[in-house]
Amino acid sequence: MAEVLVLVDHIDGAVRKPTLELLTLARRLGEPSAVFLGRGADTATAILGEFGARKVYVVDAPEIDAYLVVPAVDAMTRIARAVEPAAILVPSSRDGKEIAARLAVRLDSGLITDAVDVHQGESGPVTEQSAFAATYLVNAHVTEGAAIITVKPNATTPEPAPAAPEVEHVTVEFSAAATGVTVLSRTPREKSDRPGLTEADIVVSGGRGVNGAENFALIERVADALGAAVGASRAAVDSGWYPHSHQVGQTGTQVSPQLYLAAGISGAIQHRAGMQTSRTIVAVNKDEDAPIFDLVDHGVVGDLFKVLPQLADEIARRKG
Amino acid sequence: MKIVVCVKHVPDATAERGFEPDGTTDRESVDSLLSELDEYAIEQALRIVESGVDAEITYLTVGPDEAKSALRKALAMGGDRAVHVSDEGIAGTDALGTSLILARAVERLGFDLVLTGMAATDSTMGVVPAMLAERLDVPGVTYLDEVEVEAATGVLTGRREAESATELISAAIPAVVSVTDRTGEARYPSFKGIMSAKKKPLDTLGLADLGIDPAQVGLAAARSAVDSAARRPPRVKGEVVPDEGDGGVVLAAFLASRKFI
Repeated sequence: MAEVLVLVDHIDGAVRKPTLELLTLARRLGEPSAVFLGRGADTATAILGEFGARKVYVVDAPEIDAYLVVPAVDAMTRIARAVEPAAILVPSSRDGKEIAARLAVRLDSGLITDAVDVHQGESGPVTEQSAFAATYLVNAHVTEGAAIITVKPNATTPEPAPAAPEVEHVTVEFSAAATGVTVLSRTPREKSDRPGLTEADIVVSGGRGVNGAENFALIERVADALGAAVGASRAAVDSGWYPHSHQVGQTGTQVSPQLYLAAGISGAIQHRAGMQTSRTIVAVNKDEDAPIFDLVDHGVVGDLFKVLPQLADEIARRKG
Repeated sequence: MKIVVCVKHVPDATAERGFEPDGTTDRESVDSLLSELDEYAIEQALRIVESGVDAEITYLTVGPDEAKSALRKALAMGGDRAVHVSDEGIAGTDALGTSLILARAVERLGFDLVLTGMAATDSTMGVVPAMLAERLDVPGVTYLDEVEVEAATGVLTGRREAESATELISAAIPAVVSVTDRTGEARYPSFKGIMSAKKKPLDTLGLADLGIDPAQVGLAAARSAVDSAARRPPRVKGEVVPDEGDGGVVLAAFLASRKFI
């Protein structure tokens, strides 16, 4: 069976959940091989193996962290040319899409971005994507070269398939372009105990109706009661009420959780583009004509400052 | 200094959009306009000039005849001239082909800085800027929330939100940069701007002018293919109830019925 390369998304060896989803999808297409770039491969190998990686290619070079994107592209190019994989799966993050884009040019391979599912078709991988603010479902395939596919978080549930991976250290001669963009500083975002927005099963989001940064404590209270991530509409973010990294929408993060709770969000097309593939949607809004109500499984027309505290109390009561 | 801003003419993102039977975007039934996210790139180009950098701003687009209107809108905001790459052979070109056409055109125009929006509002792939940097073999920096260019040193600095960190970056021009919608509100064209845009040069180039073999672009050369495009069944609208003092309890009961509690 042909190898399927999976680019590992990690922070100093701590593998992020979307990578486990990619390994799970890769098994449908061939033999998963993880590509680990940067520091911390020793920590990562066990979990990569647990989710089915038969091989782990490791490129541990300082260039990977010191410069943007191109060193990773150099490494992926080197490995892809040697392996001739059936497909290359990359997380649909900003960096992931950029790595995939440059790799597609170098390998002259077709590229599909933001897949929400991948299956083995008659002549290779077939993807499922959402288009036009998630109003369309598109199936596509790559017609030339190894299929390079970026996959969105929550495309599947990670399933363990224990393997004892063979670790292969790869030396890469970096291109002149690799040092083109210097990272002067990298300030990690504050860690919170809440799940990350893209990976969360439940997202609780606040919008214009939350009406102030201090009131986001109420959104956080409901999120914590549900074990959810906190999201915010662009209006709330632009008003400075919540950090941009939590923005849900076309130009923020696109989420697809099991449950999306929108509080004080009217549901402009840009916001809907970022959340309407959520499995279950509920909303609380004072305006009964808010477009968000067209999407909901359950909606409450009311004041979020009355409904949300009651909801949090009731969740606590039910959980005993 | 030469700044080239790449823009795209796209179906109105607030309208009901769709696909043609061959899997390409339906451009007939919906009005098209300058991609909103490209306006931020135009704005940044204009601000760079306003900050005292001596630069000529050229807008570049690839697309059908109607795409000229996107260039006119850009010129009305400011800038010097526009170039429209138009050719029958271009219809159905994928991101790889588009980046090839843009790269050849940018090389022909000459450039110190190529500015683009973070993504087009129709495809939302956001990969063309990186492909363009790759083809031009110059530094590429995407998703900048802030960008500054120092003309004297040719150093470009910026800030971007990466997956788990905020990054400050630096690169030498020539470079390709994509900017986000957080770089600053784009200006509206003034009446004077709209009038003067009509007098600014707008040139048209074909594939032959760019030395591109038609076999390299177009739908037939696309390296991915759409097998099917179907409208998602509309969500079945659930119950929307007024809060009668127990809205939170009712909502909790619903969430419990779906096993979220």
